[in-house]
Amino acid sequence: MYTQAMDTAPKEERKAVRSLEEAELERRFDAKIDKGGFIEAKDWMPEHYRKTLVRQISQHAHSEIVGMLPEANWVTRAPTLKRKTILLAKIQDEAGHGLYLYSAAETLGTSRDELLAALHSGKAKYSSIFNYPTLTWADVGVIGWLVDGAAIMNQVPLTRCSYAPYARAMVRICREESFHQRQGFDALNVMMREGTPEQRAMVQDATNRWWWPSLMMFGPPDGESVHGAQSARWGIKRISNDDLRQKFIDATVEQARVLGVSLPDPDLKWNEARGHHDFGPIDWDEFWRVVGGDGPCNKERLGARVKAWEDGAWVREAALAHARKQATKKEAA
Amino acid sequence: MSRTDTTQEWPLWEVFVRPKAGLDHKHCGSLHAPDAAMALQLAREVYTRRQEGCSIWVVPSSQITASDPGDKDMYFDPMEDKVYRHPTFYVLPEAVDHM
Amino acid sequence: MTSTMTSPSTTATPPRPAVAAGLAAGVSGASRGPGRSVTLSGSREARWVLRLADTCLIHAQRLSEWCGHGPILEEDIALTNLSLDLLGQARALLSHAGQLDGQGLDEDQLAFLRDERDYFNLTLVEQPLRRSSAHAPGGDFADVQVRNLLLAVWLKLHWQALASSSDAELAAIAGKAVKEARYHVEHAAQWVVRLGDGTEESAARAKAALERAWPYTNELFVDDELDAHAAATGLGPQRSALREAWLAAVSAVLTEATLAVPAASKFVSTGSRGVHSEHMGFILAEMQHLQRAFPGGVW
Repeated sequence: MYTQAMDTAPKEERKAVRSLEEAELERRFDAKIDKGGFIEAKDWMPEHYRKTLVRQISQHAHSEIVGMLPEANWVTRAPTLKRKTILLAKIQDEAGHGLYLYSAAETLGTSRDELLAALHSGKAKYSSIFNYPTLTWADVGVIGWLVDGAAIMNQVPLTRCSYAPYARAMVRICREESFHQRQGFDALNVMMREGTPEQRAMVQDATNRWWWPSLMMFGPPDGESVHGAQSARWGIKRISNDDLRQKFIDATVEQARVLGVSLPDPDLKWNEARGHHDFGPIDWDEFWRVVGGDGPCNKERLGARVKAWEDGAWVREAALAHARKQATKKEAA
Repeated sequence: MSRTDTTQEWPLWEVFVRPKAGLDHKHCGSLHAPDAAMALQLAREVYTRRQEGCSIWVVPSSQITASDPGDKDMYFDPMEDKVYRHPTFYVLPEAVDHM
Repeated sequence: MTSTMTSPSTTATPPRPAVAAGLAAGVSGASRGPGRSVTLSGSREARWVLRLADTCLIHAQRLSEWCGHGPILEEDIALTNLSLDLLGQARALLSHAGQLDGQGLDEDQLAFLRDERDYFNLTLVEQPLRRSSAHAPGGDFADVQVRNLLLAVWLKLHWQALASSSDAELAAIAGKAVKEARYHVEHAAQWVVRLGDGTEESAARAKAALERAWPYTNELFVDDELDAHAAATGLGPQRSALREAWLAAVSAVLTEATLAVPAASKFVSTGSRGVHSEHMGFILAEMQHLQRAFPGGVW
């Protein structure tokens, strides 16, 4: 899962003086992109393009991995074997997505360990939506419905990203993602249509807690987004935060009506003149607070990832040690 | 031990899968594995979710020789024959180091 | 972007027959209402199949605790695959056991609404695997792969024997499961070898994990009247008949892993007879919670 709130890193220094050759290479690079061309791993690219992609792709990967945790909370408590199976498969997909993305990032001259070190030290970010707690089973369905729904909107444009290894990873990911949203919606729909009043109340409660954070997934309003213009030029980011957020709201209002849940926004209403739904103010203080590390689950999420990595060190070392022993034996033979 | 000490990192492997007989192997991506047997096993888990009848090739990424003309004028480094630049591609395994 | 959601006006979801029937049968099957425990009919065949079903179910449950916490992403995905396989096997066996039981109980009623004494999994699979339980510390990755090895070999031998079961449905389930079991054995064996013959630390942990698990393996091969009945009717193999092949296969892996086969223990666990360890209560409390808390819920 991805969020464009990732574009909140401080503006990076641009080299003021460039060689004539480099300027020409960059001119041709920009022309190639303007024509809709693809950049592959061995092509010349501006350093800023490479750095931006490493940051964006790796933070997308981190989001997938951290995003496993709030859902994994409910695997052992899933209410039926079918739901347990679906949830496990979904979380496994997310691990796989993280892996495809780390793989794409590594083609840009970084290593998985370097990327993980950045995550574990707190330098790299992940989607802040995963810093919220999953308090009930209905949260799992709502995450599928709203969070995956938002992620899909962000992700489809990325299948046309100029950096081809990233675009290819995104094609793979999008193919698997629509199942996630459908399953989440289905779980909620069954509870709303056939479940008990207590189940319906659980679904409404979960919706109330996840609605606003889902809207924040699209990142700050376009005026405040630091990297928008250059990323747009380079085909890394093709649609604005505000436009995606509006699209999401318009689609989701109808889905909420089908489900029979209300959305916790008294200002939400169709605006005939605009052709879109108007909606209430987003609490951007909350957004910056959570992104900055003071959300409900930031410490637990990162702590869990760091612990898994550190507890796994002896395992990874053992496998390497065994491989080296075998290699030595082979060479001696 | 530093977390970014790349000699402790599981090597990178490129994965090629032929989904069914009659087709070519297609590059799917990469993964980290300690050795060839585990690379094959993990590739099956990660890239095919164990579909029957899949053929998998795994190759250490550093062992691939690549040339990619693409746009000759945009070719980064004509002498660079690795599939892409990766921090671990030039690290020698300890076993070889001692020889 | 157009909504990819299905709208109820075009694909209405009717009340699910299995659930309705299950609820009705549950009432007639001597349960005390939705969310309350179901009781078994006493069918020996059902009980025998539940030993396998519950072993797969509880092992899948423990393995799934590792989802998101594996030592490396690739292995996280592999472990989840194992969990999914075991869950699939459990589901097929539970459904079949429900049929053999004859009260119309479905896979979910059996999985979530029995009392502890009516679960017949091996005690081995209840032992902590990642998280601590009761007063015992959590397990580590060595516990995972050692347990996987011991169980996967045992299950594979069962599936192979069940290919010739007098119960055609059971034979069909086994036919599918044996392919998965081969991967499970291969995966676990590769890990046990790498841990046993890796670093000093991994060898020590592998040895410790093996010694923790070993006393629980006696139960894998003790026979009781249910096993005798299964063998007599051609339903399935006696557990004792599998011991030699199991020990040979496991020993071969341990040898390659430079690990010693632990000394025999006199302890015999009794989970397969419904009397469990202290951990089972916690596992069931967690697993059953939603079904108990939302009686009559539809999921």
